[in-house]
Amino acid sequence: MADAPKPPKCAIQTRGLNLWYGDFQALFDVDFDVPAGRVTGLIGPSGCGKSTLLRSVNRIVERLGYVRTTGTIDVLGNDIFGANVELLQVRKQIGMVFQRPNPLPLSIRDNVLFGLRTHGSSTGTGADHKSKPTKAEEAQIVEQSLRTVLLWDKVKDRLGEPAIRLSLEEQQKLCIARLLPVKPRVLLMDEPCSALDPDGTAAVEELIWSLKGDYTILIVTHNMAQARRATEECAFMLHGRLVEHTETAKMFVSPKNQSTADYIEGRYG
Amino acid sequence: MFESTELNARNWRIQQGMRLLFLGMTLLLVLPVIIILGVLIYKGSPALSWAFLTENPTNGMTAGGIFPALMGTIALVLVALIASIPVGVAAAIYLSEYAPDNWLTRLINLAIINLAGVPSIVHALFGLGAFVLFFGFGTSILAASLTLAIMTLPVVIVSTRESLQAVPQSFREACWNMGATRWQTIVRVVLPNAVSGILTGIILEVSRTAGETAPIMFTGAAFFLPFLPESVFDQTMALSLHLFVVATQVPNVPESLPYGVALVLIGMVLIMNSASIGLRMVLRNRKKW
Repeated sequence: MADAPKPPKCAIQTRGLNLWYGDFQALFDVDFDVPAGRVTGLIGPSGCGKSTLLRSVNRIVERLGYVRTTGTIDVLGNDIFGANVELLQVRKQIGMVFQRPNPLPLSIRDNVLFGLRTHGSSTGTGADHKSKPTKAEEAQIVEQSLRTVLLWDKVKDRLGEPAIRLSLEEQQKLCIARLLPVKPRVLLMDEPCSALDPDGTAAVEELIWSLKGDYTILIVTHNMAQARRATEECAFMLHGRLVEHTETAKMFVSPKNQSTADYIEGRYG
Repeated sequence: MFESTELNARNWRIQQGMRLLFLGMTLLLVLPVIIILGVLIYKGSPALSWAFLTENPTNGMTAGGIFPALMGTIALVLVALIASIPVGVAAAIYLSEYAPDNWLTRLINLAIINLAGVPSIVHALFGLGAFVLFFGFGTSILAASLTLAIMTLPVVIVSTRESLQAVPQSFREACWNMGATRWQTIVRVVLPNAVSGILTGIILEVSRTAGETAPIMFTGAAFFLPFLPESVFDQTMALSLHLFVVATQVPNVPESLPYGVALVLIGMVLIMNSASIGLRMVLRNRKKW
């Protein structure tokens, strides 16, 4: 933590974050700064709390019902536990991608437009909140989203087909494309490539790389090589604590903490 | 080294014996269905004709058709469906999509299981007390159908809940993570994917409702009423009760008549069941996962 970079702006900032599943404490005093517009990786052995931390950021972890949290999480300067926070807005602004691609049982087009139809309009606030996008606008949004995830050329002629017929790699890209029309600021990815083959992994990593700058991306990964390839900063977690957070290049060359070094070298995990 | 031993041979014989035993038990199960259908068709088909379906019973129910009973059964089933589907489906949606796992939910589930276990004659007495007397509907289609509706509610709730829970959880999570409300998730993703199962459950309920006798005996079905009811507050004849009457209560009935009534009743049920299977196949093929 000592040499965590001091970026101009933090997209996600947690302070003293503790989290319990019932009696089991999964996170201990996590102070974590995720810089805006960069790709940050979360690594650590199974059960270290990285997925829990990720799922706390859009508060989806609370769905379980027996979860208790103390401490604060600020996203883009706003406390997500604040009194007048609308959970649905939190989840709209903070998109989540899962390990297993989970396209909805709808056509490719309807998957992309789902969020838009859920939230009313692309801006989501103000006067045009109630206005329905026209067919032409919808078509434009679909094309733009699918182009952003490098999928447009493959699927442009079969937008009406069920999304489930796509390959896993394409499904995962679609799951990312699906988030974009509502203009989220942060994308959370929970091992987004672990169900994909090497080619698919490379393609999704390329996509993630192309999204940085426009979006703040936080990726949980088990794959050390992937963390090294596809992230700019890296945070190492162990037993529910954030052990070390620094530039990826630095962490893999000269980790400060002995347990980080041992994990990176594959001595445990 | 790999030769069969005496023990192998013995184990193989036991295994074969068990396989045949279980196969025999399974075939035994099919036998009653075949015999019942065979006897009904053999003895009942002489009574069947277009006139049998469209005419009133005559000569003290020893001749003529079953038109009022057939229409009465259809009316009873329809009104029962109108009452039970909204309540049952809504309850199932609550239990599957909204209900937290707490003592209240467990109590509700226990109540549903117990409701399913209540004998139909007890439902009949409840219907008599509640709908006929307390609510003052009299012996009427309404009272009989409401009794049937309560009796079949557990079936609707359980089958609907099962079809809702067959929709993969990942679909719901995808929706929630995009900020969809539970209601948006239900309407756009869960229900469209559960509808085939829900419809199947409802049609199975129809076939059960059509054959029930005890619950309607005290609440709305008439012994003999050679004209059609005009409103839900009238009594009506019903196939199941008519079968009971011509089989046991009326003298000098030709043998083919009760078998004919039974054949019509079971034919109705079989047609509904086949329709349900067909519908399920059509809807399944349209599924996108």
